[in-house]
Amino acid sequence: MIDPQITPELVQEHNLTTEEYERILALLGRTPTFPELGIFSALWSEHCSYKHSRPILKSFPTTGPQVVQGPGENAGVLRLPDGWAVAFKIESHNHPSAVEPYQGAATGAGGILRDVFTMGARPVALLNSLRFGPLDQPRNRYLFAGVVRGIGDYGNCVGVPTLGGEVDFAPGYSGNPLVNAMCVGILREKDLIKAAAHGVGNLLLAVGSRTGRDGIHGASFASEELTQESEQRRPQVQVGDPFTEKLLLEASLELIGSGHIVAIQDMGAAGLTSSSAEMAARGGVGVEIDLSKVPTREPGMTPYEILLSESQERMLVVAKADRVKEVQAIAAKWELDATPIGRVTDDGMYRCLWEGKVVVEIPGQRLVDDCPVYYPEAAEDPRIAALRTASPTHHAPRTTPTQALLALLDSPALASKRWVFEQYDSTVQASTAIPPGGDAGVLRVRYTDFGIAVKTDCNSRYVRLDPYEGGKATVAEAARNVACTGARPLGITDCLNFGSPERPEVFYQFREACRGIADACRALGTPVTGGNVSFYNESPSGAVDPTPVVGMIGLLTRIDRAVPSHARAPGDVVFVLGETRAELGGSAYWEICHDFIGGQPPRVNLDDEKRLGDFLVAGAERGLFRSAHDCSHGGLGVALAEVAMGGPYQVQGFGLDVDLSTYHAPLTTHQLLFSESHGRAVITCSAERVAAVQALAGELGVPALRVGSVGPVDGTFRIVLRDEKVEESVGRLRELYFGAIPRRMGD
Amino acid sequence: MQRVAVVVFPGSNCDADTLDAARAAGSEAYYVWHRDTDLKQADAVILPGGFSYGDYLRSGAIARFSPVLRAVTAHARAGGPVLGICNGFQILCEAGLLPGALMRNIRLKFLSRPVRVRVETADTPFTNRYERGEELTLPIAHGDGRYVADAPTAAELEANAQIVLRYVTENPNGSTHDIAGVCNAGRNVVGIMPHPERRNALVLGGQDGARVFLSLEARNATQHAGDMRAVDGRHLRV
Repeated sequence: MIDPQITPELVQEHNLTTEEYERILALLGRTPTFPELGIFSALWSEHCSYKHSRPILKSFPTTGPQVVQGPGENAGVLRLPDGWAVAFKIESHNHPSAVEPYQGAATGAGGILRDVFTMGARPVALLNSLRFGPLDQPRNRYLFAGVVRGIGDYGNCVGVPTLGGEVDFAPGYSGNPLVNAMCVGILREKDLIKAAAHGVGNLLLAVGSRTGRDGIHGASFASEELTQESEQRRPQVQVGDPFTEKLLLEASLELIGSGHIVAIQDMGAAGLTSSSAEMAARGGVGVEIDLSKVPTREPGMTPYEILLSESQERMLVVAKADRVKEVQAIAAKWELDATPIGRVTDDGMYRCLWEGKVVVEIPGQRLVDDCPVYYPEAAEDPRIAALRTASPTHHAPRTTPTQALLALLDSPALASKRWVFEQYDSTVQASTAIPPGGDAGVLRVRYTDFGIAVKTDCNSRYVRLDPYEGGKATVAEAARNVACTGARPLGITDCLNFGSPERPEVFYQFREACRGIADACRALGTPVTGGNVSFYNESPSGAVDPTPVVGMIGLLTRIDRAVPSHARAPGDVVFVLGETRAELGGSAYWEICHDFIGGQPPRVNLDDEKRLGDFLVAGAERGLFRSAHDCSHGGLGVALAEVAMGGPYQVQGFGLDVDLSTYHAPLTTHQLLFSESHGRAVITCSAERVAAVQALAGELGVPALRVGSVGPVDGTFRIVLRDEKVEESVGRLRELYFGAIPRRMGD
Repeated sequence: MQRVAVVVFPGSNCDADTLDAARAAGSEAYYVWHRDTDLKQADAVILPGGFSYGDYLRSGAIARFSPVLRAVTAHARAGGPVLGICNGFQILCEAGLLPGALMRNIRLKFLSRPVRVRVETADTPFTNRYERGEELTLPIAHGDGRYVADAPTAAELEANAQIVLRYVTENPNGSTHDIAGVCNAGRNVVGIMPHPERRNALVLGGQDGARVFLSLEARNATQHAGDMRAVDGRHLRV
């Protein structure tokens, strides 16, 4: 087979600009070969190079005493007590999932698992963050069902519990769903291994599945907008094999523990190309790969295809020169092939051979480092600025507070996601202390007294209307969720999903959201340990809502003190923590009852947020609370209802008697019930603990208002307001809340 | 102290949890690899949950041909206790050591949630520490958990008290007669869909599953175990 001639059209097809191509010519001092063009296209794609985001990402705080490994590796690592550590990372698989939801989502879970176990960590939890268009459209239901099944089938087979996540529905995601997958792993800190090739003469081995023609140019695909033609990209979507993944997981951990290897990396986005080039650049060495030795799934594959294939469940391992047999023996135990395909060299070149001839020869460090960096123009869309100062104009027929609450509980965005998470194995590994359906997932770290809490969060409505405050809110809410379980927030990973950075209004959203995330992370002491940027989430109908998802890790020093979200005993006392303000901007209430997404979203006071977090953690450690639940989307009304309705598998809820008629601030009924002011939570405690709760709140400066008590099992949910009240049986609330999604999905 | 062999297929994913639960109950538990043919003088064998060989064909369909299954079958035929949990249950049915089969859940979706089950017989090596009629909360997590048996087989299971666990309040997967677990006619081979190893400590939300493993330790006091002894990996009745 003869490689095509390098023409301007071919360069353009590879998503390289004229300037970028000029830079390649200067770097090489000659015309690139066809495989070289493919390599540059992949490594200089947005997905691999972060060429539009790098300068902004530099503003994130990335250090702290708890940080073992910050950004730049396969996953971030934070320190836990007693020599343990937690590795975690989130990544997007949006584009593949838009055209092939089942495989797109499944391979997203697979990729993020590999990023974590290649650090030497055993994966202990998966999370996800999903966005779809409204469920009244069949296409959105198809994507939703396919993505959930794909994530489930993969994680369930590998045996890693899916501990939670979030799902949201909004028109901005129609045709352009977001699928972000997060993995969390546990390791002994001393066992951490990094993906840096070193040791001249050491050997590169391909371990795992053979290389096929699937997923070629996935990284470039992920770096362009979705069009009508994207459907034709379906063959570029990789196909997952979770059984091989499980074998690869066990083999990799055994290899890492054996001392026979010096580095290991997933052949993920841009396959062999990026894994080998990145490992070489990190180690400051060269590599030479004989492409004809790479085991292929089908005959006739070209060097270009072998380099850029994104076939799943493959690892690149750098083995000590004299340990190849030992490495192969471990792989064979797990029924995997381990094939030597190259070696580490001292000349710093990234070189590939094909049938004895050099087909690729690029200075390795420059291949990774010389990618251009862009500083795009940023300007806010004036329509958004106008929307921020607007309020609902045509009032919907006046709804009573009870009707409004029922409407919110019945909306898929707020309703229980039980339909989703009961398709995920959430208890495998026998370590789940708080399963999905609470504020955050909580798991024990085996053989210790402590545990970790994990959560993903983002309210894109806030980010769209006010990206800076929205960015802050994302971190604040994730921290609050984790703190509600009693865990101290330790650090985050982020997945920044935006439209095209080449559009000034999108880049403005990106820059401002990142500024908000950075400020919040600094204030809350939760550094960023890595993550992923996903641009070009655009379909013919426009860009997605800006969705910077945060994955938060928290530490529970005593796992037996973990606090659930839901009321647990009649007669317990209910407290509202924090201040409720007139902040209906961006609220679910305006969106659902007034069909209006606008206004100024609530602002985050980071000092208040920090104090609230400290209170929740201290109270949990002292065993003061029976339950604690974050108050956010849907406001106090929804938060109180969730406390009463109980967990997803409770047979019945509890009544609740709350009196807000003397609430001190001058708020309307709807503001009081549905404002989404930050820095709030609802706790319940036994009557004996009331004094201790009040004392702790006073000590830490957290407003704590005693508002009522938990009622009888299956009782009445009642909130008394100044001149109105909300009253409904908790059974009816549960029916709507747990039934909203199944009813729309037809089961 | 019982010697408990936990069989590991390449796609087992509840092996470590099961080993831990057996050890927590005081057993001397250890792994046996799927290629092994020697159970290392096991008193009891547990086939844990997971996806044995990926289960792309049919759950447990390949595992029944594995080398270790020959040893497990011999152990079972000799009257030795065998427990299959979830995928292990599927394998035992495929291997013909238990009656019936496990099919796709009636709603065609994987289902992971706690369920209520009733202990229908305490007369097995894995349930003797429960009371008959006792209700437990245990997690399930399966796509192929619908127990199916034809009418005569189901009637026989009922008549012989071979139904070990039965779903109460709700049948999550459409199983015949709400069956969540059965045993063979000899009562030494038990298969259950719920995961007792995932609920053996308060920190995991409850400990209703712990006695499955404690039963094994207690079984010396029962009629099932006292007369069994392993010699060179083979069980002889003495």
